[in-house]
Amino acid sequence: MSLSEHAFEDGLAAVIRRAVAGADGIANLRRLSGGASQETWAFEAVGPKLSQRLILRRAPGGDRQHEAAAGLETEARLMDLAGKAGIPEPPVIYVLCPEDGIGRGFIVGFVDGETLGRKIVRDAAFADARKGLAFRCGEVLAAIHAIPLDQVPPLRHADAATRLDELHKRYRLSERPRPVFALAFEWLRQRLPKEPPAPRLVHGDFRNGNLIIGPDGLRAVLDWEIAHIGDPIEDLGWLCVGPWRFGGIDNPVGGFGTVDQLLAGYEAGGGGRIDPEQVRFWEVLGSLSWGVSCAAMIQAIRSGVDRTAERAMIARRASENEIDLLNLIAPRS
Amino acid sequence: MQDDPTPAEILETVAQFLRETVMPEMQGRNAFLARVTANAVDVVRRQIELSPAADAAELARLRALLDSDGTLETLNAQLCERIETGAITLTTQGLKDHLWETTLAKLAVDQPNYAAYKRVHDQTPQKT
Repeated sequence: MSLSEHAFEDGLAAVIRRAVAGADGIANLRRLSGGASQETWAFEAVGPKLSQRLILRRAPGGDRQHEAAAGLETEARLMDLAGKAGIPEPPVIYVLCPEDGIGRGFIVGFVDGETLGRKIVRDAAFADARKGLAFRCGEVLAAIHAIPLDQVPPLRHADAATRLDELHKRYRLSERPRPVFALAFEWLRQRLPKEPPAPRLVHGDFRNGNLIIGPDGLRAVLDWEIAHIGDPIEDLGWLCVGPWRFGGIDNPVGGFGTVDQLLAGYEAGGGGRIDPEQVRFWEVLGSLSWGVSCAAMIQAIRSGVDRTAERAMIARRASENEIDLLNLIAPRS
Repeated sequence: MQDDPTPAEILETVAQFLRETVMPEMQGRNAFLARVTANAVDVVRRQIELSPAADAAELARLRALLDSDGTLETLNAQLCERIETGAITLTTQGLKDHLWETTLAKLAVDQPNYAAYKRVHDQTPQKT
């Protein structure tokens, strides 16, 4: 372990002694795999009569953030707010402040369950959970979209037109021409909603992989990192985007359910009746957005910000989105 | 003329070492990164093997579609421009087939296990 890792562990232990009653230190600190844009650490708060499993979410290297990120402090507030609105969330234990000296982030309670999309889509242990999951996701999304905006911390506003415009600027940063992306931009421009719906709190990354699932179903909604105010149907479309189906391509909703089930749950949860074509619009925008994001990883690699093979391989996942986009807007005859 | 083994054969040994020796000795994030790194080596190997033919075919299709000459880079830029101005649309003869062929060729290198790719690949009679 390096010197800075020791300082991090000591700093975290000091935080826990202050924040968790009965704790005199931490044990079993380990970085969990996955999460290229944020670090996730698991550990235990320990004391004479205590062993509490906790999770730390931290900006990479302590302070770097995604350009569209709401900020880790805001993310913690949204999780707390959502939890109080009945959405399954881990309890927020502590939000780091600069005086803690270990970067930006927050600590939440550990929720037991699976987040690996592949396992959720395939493993027999989740067969029962999968049956009602698309409907449940619809209900939970309706509850997120019903959170009154006057309770929500300041967030960026981005409706479909804004998202498309920002996306096109980001696409233009890359010198590499991508005809499939160009075609998808045209397809979307022609179908922009004429009257944007009333703005709502949008989770922004509600998908298989960011949900903790147990054999009994949905246990927690994670990753509020890119939450914003916008068109609520964005969340429904994003949940259907190809890579989040983890191979279960015939079940558009996260690889585990149908759009009909999702929309039935959304309506039952008070979200109203939604036209599946609106979901498709946002699925195309979502697929294009993830494709542009993958392609943009080249900037992190070439600037030296992140030269891991992980980054390089995400950059090469842009083509996954190209085949998904073609299936959506130009299916093979 | 360079000696054997070929670049692809050398890369195969690198990927094998990462998977069979490095990965089992690693834990947590480093085991994950070792697997990703082995996958990255595989991508490079497939690109060395598949790109010459795929690039030549793409270039020929672009020349026909645009009725114009240039490099892959300039012709792709031209195609994007014509899509953006509406000069070429999905109803243009040959566009859809070209985009599918090009995308499938990319995935054969990047992600041959991606389910949407595998489905099309398995349904297409293979040219030999």
